[in-house]
Amino acid sequence: MSILVNKESRVVVQGFTGKEGTFHAQKCIEYGTNIVAGVTPGKGGQCHLGKPVYNTVEDAVQSTKANVSLIFVPPVYAADAILEAADSGIELIVCITEGIPVQDVMYAKKYIKSKGCVLIGPNCPGIITAGEAKIGIMPGFVFKPGRIGVISKSGTLTYEAANQVVKAGMGISTAVGIGGDPIIGTDFIDLLKLFEADDATDGIVMIGEIGGELEIRAAEYIREHVTKPVAAFIAGQTAPKGKRMGHAGAIIAGSKGTAQEKITALQEAGVKVAMSPARIGSAIAELMK
Amino acid sequence: MNIHEYQAKKLLHSFGVKVTRGSKATSPEEARHKAKELGSENWVVKAQVHAGGRGKAGGIKFAMSLDEVFEKSEKMLGMTLKTHQTVGAGKVVRKLYIQEAIDIEREYYLGIVLDRRREMPVIMASTEGGMDIETVAAETPEKIIKVGVDPITGLKGYHLRKLAYGLKLNKAEMKEFNKIMIPLFEAYQKTDASLIEINPLVLKPDGEFIALDAKLNFDDNALMRHPEIAAMRDEEEEDAAELEAGKYDLSYVKLDGNVGCIVNGAGLAMSTMDIIKLEGGEPANFLDVGGNASAETVARGFELILRDKNVKAILVNIFGGIVRCDRIANGILEATRQIDVQVPVIVRLDGTNAEEAGEILKQANIRQILIAEDLQDGARKAVKSAEGDRA
Repeated sequence: MSILVNKESRVVVQGFTGKEGTFHAQKCIEYGTNIVAGVTPGKGGQCHLGKPVYNTVEDAVQSTKANVSLIFVPPVYAADAILEAADSGIELIVCITEGIPVQDVMYAKKYIKSKGCVLIGPNCPGIITAGEAKIGIMPGFVFKPGRIGVISKSGTLTYEAANQVVKAGMGISTAVGIGGDPIIGTDFIDLLKLFEADDATDGIVMIGEIGGELEIRAAEYIREHVTKPVAAFIAGQTAPKGKRMGHAGAIIAGSKGTAQEKITALQEAGVKVAMSPARIGSAIAELMK
Repeated sequence: MNIHEYQAKKLLHSFGVKVTRGSKATSPEEARHKAKELGSENWVVKAQVHAGGRGKAGGIKFAMSLDEVFEKSEKMLGMTLKTHQTVGAGKVVRKLYIQEAIDIEREYYLGIVLDRRREMPVIMASTEGGMDIETVAAETPEKIIKVGVDPITGLKGYHLRKLAYGLKLNKAEMKEFNKIMIPLFEAYQKTDASLIEINPLVLKPDGEFIALDAKLNFDDNALMRHPEIAAMRDEEEEDAAELEAGKYDLSYVKLDGNVGCIVNGAGLAMSTMDIIKLEGGEPANFLDVGGNASAETVARGFELILRDKNVKAILVNIFGGIVRCDRIANGILEATRQIDVQVPVIVRLDGTNAEEAGEILKQANIRQILIAEDLQDGARKAVKSAEGDRA
């Protein structure tokens, strides 16, 4: 078992023939991901990276039974791509695109919920089930198979964390980048629930950052519902107030959304919080002893 | 992105929001001329800077005559305004807004902002107009009425009634309030605003509501579909280095410390600042060169950081994923050749081809480049170097 994706996942790539789409789809195929089709409007009927290209997601789903979509569509068209995937019967949508207007995501999220569909991201590195499927832009080799689940708002910090987990003698079951935008499709709680129920996961690492209150709600959830050990790191302890730190959602608004309030909430919920980004691996290792 | 009050009022007016009449001026002569054109008897001279709290800082003055408009404008232009919202020394006043003075019956606060928790815009209204809303929220939160508007329903009658009852408006006032609330919400949605604040919203003796002030922020991600709003950007109001970084697609925020950092990825960049602090140092900046760091972006990073004369050491922290560390190592060498880097540069490269990268840096044997074993070692060396103690 694992969460969300595995060898059986049938992936369609939206924005397949573009520069980013081509580069990363190639890497996913090399990793062993079961990419069954691509979609680029106007290029239907062509073959790209050895896979059929369709004009619409609906065509791709009908012809290939794709059930997961990976989106590399530019920001202005990305919400359209998310809605198209949901309307075509895709069950899991992974949106890598950074820079989508927040109102677009707000509408798209409400709509896809009514379709019972799951959105990961946007503005995220994607999702990887180690050794089975890489549906995103992360370097696959860092995520050695094992029994630790990772949930993170960040890209490279996720690779850093996974690397530390591996160096500490463990490995990754599934790692999910949930994205750093103010509104995201799937948050910590949704995934904590899945990891808690997953036979292949023994411990969980969660990486948060300043801005919003998802980590605080996650802490409340962990206290009540999570029995597996959880280690965490919150980035931005030194971030100034009112300044956006790279990610659109990483901003301390007034006095809300600081690293300290999140760290305190997690600690009170029994989570082992690494104060240093160099101690994420050792924090989870201690819990797993 | 922020815009000035004079721009915000013009934009809101185009949606049908009633705003006070006024004009922008950049000299005392122009101010007097604009005041005369307005044809009022009393005026308000308002500093146009991207910061709230102008009144208390001396950025809003009344004038009873055209000569007084001239005098007050002359004093205000060029002054540095320090408010609770400015950082450092404050903001230099380069533009003024000359506005008609109006009679005030009551003052309210009205705002629209994205509620991240509920994932919808929320309208905030209060009878405590003219006050700093954060103070009201902290001291008397019951005086703020919040009404979330689900994007599925849009703004409906029941939302408006909730607001009106909360503000204790009578039937006639309610009708007038809706005349400003409906177009204001439309403006929020259609311009992809991230924040609208009318503080104060004024009820005039004649029973009409009017925006005495207006603050608008926009979702940066949506500016590409609003070129007319993007064109309102006032670059003089923004930090020059941050602005330049943006042009190169780098994300930079200047801080007060002396350890510069160049990192790929926003989360890792924030963490790098954190670990510098944990090791006893102070970060000089946040700098994300992007998930796909390249030799060029690293070189640009060096240029930006070295403009800050406080910087005594630079920590380069790259986790190579898709991007290969050996390429980054060559980029660092290239950058140090092109740019005169006088301060110690501590390099921590991990991930793809990290060993080859270490070898490249060792072979090059450049005096000011120190190689770090891992993240913690990098931070420690950077902090020590900044203190002048070459580790």
